[in-house]
Amino acid sequence: MAVLVFAESTDGKFKKTAFEVTSYGKKVAEQLGTNLVVLTVNATDTNSLYTYGAEKILKVSDDALATFNAKIYADVIKQAAANVNAVVVIIDSSSNGLYLAPLVAATLNAGLATNVVALPTSTSPFVVKRKAFSNKAFVNTSINTDIKVIGLAKNSFGLKENQVSGSEESFTPTKLLSGVTSSSIDKTTGKVTIADADIVVSAGRGLKGPENWGMIEELAEVLGAATACSKPVSDLGWRPHGEHVGQTGKPVTSNLYIAVGISGAIQHLAGVNSSKVKVVINTDPEAPFFKAADYGVVGDAFDVVPKFIEKLKEFKAQNS
Amino acid sequence: MKVLVCISHVPDTTSKINFTDNDTKFDTNGVQYVINPHDEYSLTRAMWLKENQGATVTVVNVGTVTTEPTLRKALAIGADDAIRVNAEPTDGFFVAKQLAEVVKNGGYDLVIAGRESLDYNGGMVPGILATILDYNFINACIGLEINGNNVTATREIDGGKEVLTTTLPAVIAGQKGIVEEKDLRIPNMRGIMTARTKPLTIVEPVAFENTTSTVNFEKPAAKGAVKLVDADNLAELVNLLHTEAKVI
Ligand SMILES: Cc1cc2nc3c(=O)[nH]c(=O)nc-3n(C[C@H](O)[C@H](O)[C@H](O)COP(=O)(O)OP(=O)(O)OC[C@H]3O[C@@H](n4cnc5c(N)ncnc54)[C@H](O)[C@@H]3O)c2cc1C
Ligand SMILES: Nc1ncnc2c1ncn2[C@@H]1O[C@H](COP(=O)(O)O)[C@@H](O)[C@H]1O
Repeated sequence: MAVLVFAESTDGKFKKTAFEVTSYGKKVAEQLGTNLVVLTVNATDTNSLYTYGAEKILKVSDDALATFNAKIYADVIKQAAANVNAVVVIIDSSSNGLYLAPLVAATLNAGLATNVVALPTSTSPFVVKRKAFSNKAFVNTSINTDIKVIGLAKNSFGLKENQVSGSEESFTPTKLLSGVTSSSIDKTTGKVTIADADIVVSAGRGLKGPENWGMIEELAEVLGAATACSKPVSDLGWRPHGEHVGQTGKPVTSNLYIAVGISGAIQHLAGVNSSKVKVVINTDPEAPFFKAADYGVVGDAFDVVPKFIEKLKEFKAQNS
Repeated sequence: MKVLVCISHVPDTTSKINFTDNDTKFDTNGVQYVINPHDEYSLTRAMWLKENQGATVTVVNVGTVTTEPTLRKALAIGADDAIRVNAEPTDGFFVAKQLAEVVKNGGYDLVIAGRESLDYNGGMVPGILATILDYNFINACIGLEINGNNVTATREIDGGKEVLTTTLPAVIAGQKGIVEEKDLRIPNMRGIMTARTKPLTIVEPVAFENTTSTVNFEKPAAKGAVKLVDADNLAELVNLLHTEAKVI
């Protein structure tokens, strides 16, 4: 018996979420009185997983798996699960994780809970808490199958150090054929992505036009943040679609979300409410976003943002 | 080409979310239901396949009789016919199993669903459905072209996009981008009139035991009041973010 975690890597390097699912998996394994096994595919620095509690690492090294393919990866996870007799399989909520989880569940004939935000509240029955209704509620779901698959929501559990002296084993799965082929990947390089960012700076229609985004980009740069926008801003073509956050766009689960000139419509909040701390800058003290915010500044973005940047720069100069 | 569009019937986001029976049941009182927004984009994309590539478009929902207005709305947007699998959709695996039966019986070669339903936000049904059917599957689709049997789809990935190619039969999970906002179809009067006479077939579910069950619901803890900082004192905001919130 074991708990199996899939630790995703890109170009050999683990994402932060890989350490988060490992941290989480270790605790679940403790609850079940069993060991944590972490599966990696073409990752280089696997030692770092011991820091978060990986008792055993199943290491797959295979050039044919260099490009992510959901069906093939799901099958590799299935084989690893069989190999270690996994009772719980845990996957992160990156775009690849979201693609994988249902395929893994279906191939294992296992019940699946996605968007899970906390450790199981009970292991028999196996009950996990997950986000539902676009962050307006949680549902405690019991997974009733022998094997349970969990999709862990990003930034919900955090990284928990739990040093163990684990061991590594190479694992050679057989490979399925997949009818889906990747023909090109287009990624913005050198920019923090909304998915991975600790801080997201977002702006809305209050900014009046695309020519005014310079200060938003500067604010993001000072904070090492990703930039985002409200839906109308992307629909109007002021900003690329990839920046649209909210219910119909990307979810934001960062530590800090700064919303400039965004009214805080329910559909916007639905996608960003899981951010831990929210700061709102808006001219209208009645803007609904203030009700969902932790900190607020009532004021004109064109006045507030440059001053905020200046104070942040002073702070950085003192603290570096 | 026979296209099946999976329609999930969800509370409009502006509805108040409440629970009854000791927080074990969703309170449908006063809740406004809509076509799941992601499915609306997918349905519009299917309409283009109908208009430009001669596809027939069927919409399907696994749900009780209360979902029929939602299916009628999809017919008013332009689908040719509708199927309702008469069951309470309580588990993603169960729903996928029911949809798989519909696909097999109807011989659909392209299934278009949405990225996730906005009620339980599972993001489960399309992937499980594709696996049961052994159809090719592409998730989070923001662009789709069909040429004969060949499918080219763009998928949203963290920090960018990926172009994938595959062949029919396939399941596609769409989201905004599969068509743009401005292209979304709204039912017109004629559509609404003709929708009344379009076929809506009711089929009974196949037996399948739920893999999960709902224990109860919780509401998030009430939020404390916002701390307002004066626009002339932004050093204070920086200070609060550093010492109190500890996020910078
Ligand atoms: C099915 C559906 C799904 C949707 N999904 C999403 C989604 O995923 N994401 C999303 O964002 N929206 C979504 N929406 C749209 C949403 O309802 C709102 O229309 C949208 O979020 C509003 O964007 P906004 O706040 O940028 O613009 P507005 O509502 O126009 O707000 C602009 C704000 O800027 C403030 N302002 C103006 N000038 C200044 C200034 N100089 N300085 C500071 N503040 C200023 C104003 O006081 C106002 O509060 C969805 C809607 C529907 C129906
Ligand atoms: N009850 C249902 N009936 C028909 N299609 C559904 C149903 N539930 C989910 N789907 C489809 O599956 C997609 C993902 O839903 P979910 O897995 O519930 O998040 C939705 O966007 C729909 O296209």
